[in-house]
Amino acid sequence: MTSETLSPPVRSPFAGLMSGTAGPVLVVVAALLAVWYLAAVMLNTPFQRDIYKRGGLEDVSLVQLMTDTLAQDRPVLPSPHQVAVEIWETTAEKKITSKRSLVYHSSITLSSTLLGFLMGTTLGILLAIGIVHSRVLDKSLMPWVIASQTIPILAIAPMIIVVLNAIGVSGLLPKALISTYLSFFPVTVGMVKGLRSPEIIQLDLMKTYSASASQTLWKLRLPSAAPYLFASMKVGVAASLVGAIVGELPTGAVAGLGARLLAGSYYGQTVQIWSALIVAAILAAGLVSLIGLGERIVLKRMGMAR
Amino acid sequence: MQPQPAEETVRSVIDIAKLSLTFETNDGPVHALADIDLDIGEGEFVSFIGPSGCGKTTLLRVIADLEKPTGGSISVNGMTPDEARLKRAYGYVFQAAALYPWRTIADNIALPLEIMGMSRAERSERIARNMELVNLAGFERKYPWQLSGGMQQRASIARALSFDPDLLLMDEPFGALDEIVRDHLNEQLLKLWDKTNKTVVFVTHSIPEAVFLSTRIVVLCPRPGRIYDVIESDLPRDRTLDIRESPEFLKIAHRVREGLRAGHSYDD
Repeated sequence: MTSETLSPPVRSPFAGLMSGTAGPVLVVVAALLAVWYLAAVMLNTPFQRDIYKRGGLEDVSLVQLMTDTLAQDRPVLPSPHQVAVEIWETTAEKKITSKRSLVYHSSITLSSTLLGFLMGTTLGILLAIGIVHSRVLDKSLMPWVIASQTIPILAIAPMIIVVLNAIGVSGLLPKALISTYLSFFPVTVGMVKGLRSPEIIQLDLMKTYSASASQTLWKLRLPSAAPYLFASMKVGVAASLVGAIVGELPTGAVAGLGARLLAGSYYGQTVQIWSALIVAAILAAGLVSLIGLGERIVLKRMGMAR
Repeated sequence: MQPQPAEETVRSVIDIAKLSLTFETNDGPVHALADIDLDIGEGEFVSFIGPSGCGKTTLLRVIADLEKPTGGSISVNGMTPDEARLKRAYGYVFQAAALYPWRTIADNIALPLEIMGMSRAERSERIARNMELVNLAGFERKYPWQLSGGMQQRASIARALSFDPDLLLMDEPFGALDEIVRDHLNEQLLKLWDKTNKTVVFVTHSIPEAVFLSTRIVVLCPRPGRIYDVIESDLPRDRTLDIRESPEFLKIAHRVREGLRAGHSYDD
């Protein structure tokens, strides 16, 4: 044993900044923004030079060029602050009933996302229960479940809309069904694994009580699957949002984030496209973290979070 | 199946004749059990002891209908093991406590009671009684991970006792615990057996544990798993841990050890 006096550790001035999660996150965001600005300047320069040439302007300073590339009306790549301003104007400064409000469009997309997600999760759980309990379903259903996801959703979405329209179903449901189509898959796969996660000894225990299959399902398999359910619901809800947006593209929908993307691309409104994209990303992040919150609460109440 | 006439007045609980079990594996058949003859009477405490691979756990699982024998006959309470299991004739204690982590200790003990459809009042009465029995009163609302290994295993014993089966099947229940805890639980188990007069079949690989607990010790040997020796113990029913120093105890332990050694000898 040595008894030297320990000198206090030398702390770097940035040590505190990087020790939590806030520091690293900020650094990553700053790096992304820097890359974004750089890319915006580079991509928008050719068009800006054209404008200068047509206007007979020469000897434009570099600072002027950069300022102009970041303030175009229809840039190839809008700058982050243009997108931020657009989002601010179309959310905070518009009434939410306005057709130009992103809150309005988001709520349309969100409602079909949630309906589709609910149906997809239910379908996924039911399929998983069937697959786990029946060898026949396991062999016959699982290949179809996997095959269903190899079809590009862009190809099948218009079909679903057209077919459902032909039988008189329109509005929210067709879009929600596309969300269902995308979100049942991760839930099925996750729940099959979850329902099969009980250890042999736990299943043997049920057998010694001569428990029925449904008792084993409710008292053992479903509680065991809870962590798997939440993990797959996180993937499912994000897929659901993608489904809802894709569902709005081929329908000529007038409302929703997908419609907003489509309208933006018709008129070359890149700022509008990017702001819809960013809002969609924020929405997805919000939905996933809501499920994360639900997961923490439920697992804590089940005594499974330590 | 021919139920053998009981030689004594004791009712036969488990009756095994010419029983064998062969697992078909990719490397060919494995003879887990061969030619087992055993009769276990009511109120007996019978231990299965033997080296690993001798089939002692498999034999217990056959009694519990968790494995199907491929030959011979077995009856539990005069029924086939399958019928006995459906009638919930036995409580089974596994090597691990196998408590469900999302249930509190009280709810874990209630599990078989819920499955058997008992009323809430009856359940809480039985939970209280059995937690008292295994000295766990006060831990009702704890989750399994909050308890030590020994306490978890006691909870699993309370769970097996909760629906009051006459037959208790225990598969190395204290194998993963340290010596001190194991001694303590052995004493408690013996008291419990003495109080309730249940029939206990107990699998172990510890000689002192087998001799201390049992009224009869069945020594098994491997390849194929079969009974090598059956040793009747004349130790008094009312035992304390001190008995392990007595000459009678050491004599029985010696015979068990001889049996294990002989069973092992043509291994190598």
